[in-house]
Amino acid sequence: MSLIELKNISKSFEQKKVLDRIDLSIEAGEAFLILGRSGAGKTVLLRHLIGLIHPDSGRVLIDGKDLNQLDEQELVQTRLKFGVVFQNSALFDSLTVGENVGFALIQHSALTKAEILPKVHTALEMVGLEGIEELYPYELSGGMRKRVAIARAIIYRPKIIIYDEPTTGIDPISVDKIVHLIQDLHQRLSITTLVVTHDLDVGLKIAQRVAFLLQGKIIFEGNKDDLQNPERITDPRVVQFIQGSSSGPIKEMEV
Amino acid sequence: MYILKNAEQLLKYCGSVGIFIKDTVYFMLTRRHNLKIVLKEIVSIGIESFFLVSLISFFVGIIIAFQTASFLKQFSSEIYISSLVGLSLVRELGPVLGSLIVAARSGAAITAGIGAMKISEQVDALEAFAVNPIDYLVVPKFISLLFSMPLLVIYGGCLGIFGGYVVGAAKFSIPFNLYFQMTFESLQYKDIVSGLIKSVCFGSIIALISAFEGFRPQSSADVSKAVQMSVVRSFLLIIICDCILTALFYFILA
Repeated sequence: MSLIELKNISKSFEQKKVLDRIDLSIEAGEAFLILGRSGAGKTVLLRHLIGLIHPDSGRVLIDGKDLNQLDEQELVQTRLKFGVVFQNSALFDSLTVGENVGFALIQHSALTKAEILPKVHTALEMVGLEGIEELYPYELSGGMRKRVAIARAIIYRPKIIIYDEPTTGIDPISVDKIVHLIQDLHQRLSITTLVVTHDLDVGLKIAQRVAFLLQGKIIFEGNKDDLQNPERITDPRVVQFIQGSSSGPIKEMEV
Repeated sequence: MYILKNAEQLLKYCGSVGIFIKDTVYFMLTRRHNLKIVLKEIVSIGIESFFLVSLISFFVGIIIAFQTASFLKQFSSEIYISSLVGLSLVRELGPVLGSLIVAARSGAAITAGIGAMKISEQVDALEAFAVNPIDYLVVPKFISLLFSMPLLVIYGGCLGIFGGYVVGAAKFSIPFNLYFQMTFESLQYKDIVSGLIKSVCFGSIIALISAFEGFRPQSSADVSKAVQMSVVRSFLLIIICDCILTALFYFILA
């Protein structure tokens, strides 16, 4: 049984089909990459996994359980299997870094503030940040915000960690740090890692398996090696994306 | 077709607001709430409105006193300005003006705050951490407005009455004791209770409408529109609710 299974998922917004009969399975412990152009439906797909959006048709199974058939308590338990790092970090502006990182524990555990504090410290240490618990998110740089968001997502040791465009909007040196951090956490925590990005280089550094999403459909699914070997790719659209060429079957308006 | 489409949108809006109210009341009654967060909201929504409410109520009291005095002078009955100021503030102007001030000040801030969280994925982050945004963001604001509004209205009413007294004392030399004796004699128990019930209803309207509008923006351009809609709709509903409650207290249940 796969950890995450998407079965025939379709979703439309105001007659625009964003996801079209998606089938996907992600195994426990693997690092999986969902690749695609901006607006290809990657974020919508990701939101289906944590039940933020419900599919028009099809089923989302997490650990074999259908998200649509869970009661409120089960949905809470299932959501806590995920740690999500959002595209814009999505740190809570009104809370300090320490309160942000400890948020899930404050909300869902019986631990006292004094017991949560060392855990916050450890999580921040794991992402290479120390002594910033009392700062507010607006006082941090883009790269630091991203790392705080990662610390917030790993503090309660989820089974799966999702990174939505983890390197968008940060400088190249910070990008490298974030990539190493994601690789490191994947190894150290033996966690299932799911990366959603349009950045091929970053994605391939992290993932072992790849799915390519275009116009709401998965047009390629396979190992990283398959994607890096031009002879094994038959679809010219995937070739065009890998080569980063503006001429080819994918036109500018096709997103 | 145009009318039908508008009617459909109105019904959809009412339905969504209805579900939102149900969820807010459900979470308010069934979950434990962090007293510290509620108190923080009471400070930011209620206490920080005190200055504005004081200023406006005081001047409104002065204005009503001037307006009524210019009329009552014809009958040499200036002493009755105390009754008129008291009655108009406690029954009507206190709750309505106080609510409009809070809707414009705190309601707009609630919408902008939640709207900014919505477009920066913070609301999604709450859900991803299995925290219901209505429970976490709306219920503390709702509870704080339920408590703050009556206090603000009582306080505003007192200051308005004092504003009337300033005119009465300075212009017509009405003694302090006589002015307040006349004020309290004209006020009935029902006037005070109806004013307080109105303030609780208006506070609920502000909390629910401003929070509901806050969840609607999809992009940063929508936030300013949401704030505008929140203030406009809160104003409209407060006035409509005021009409209904006034009819209820002074005609139907009279």
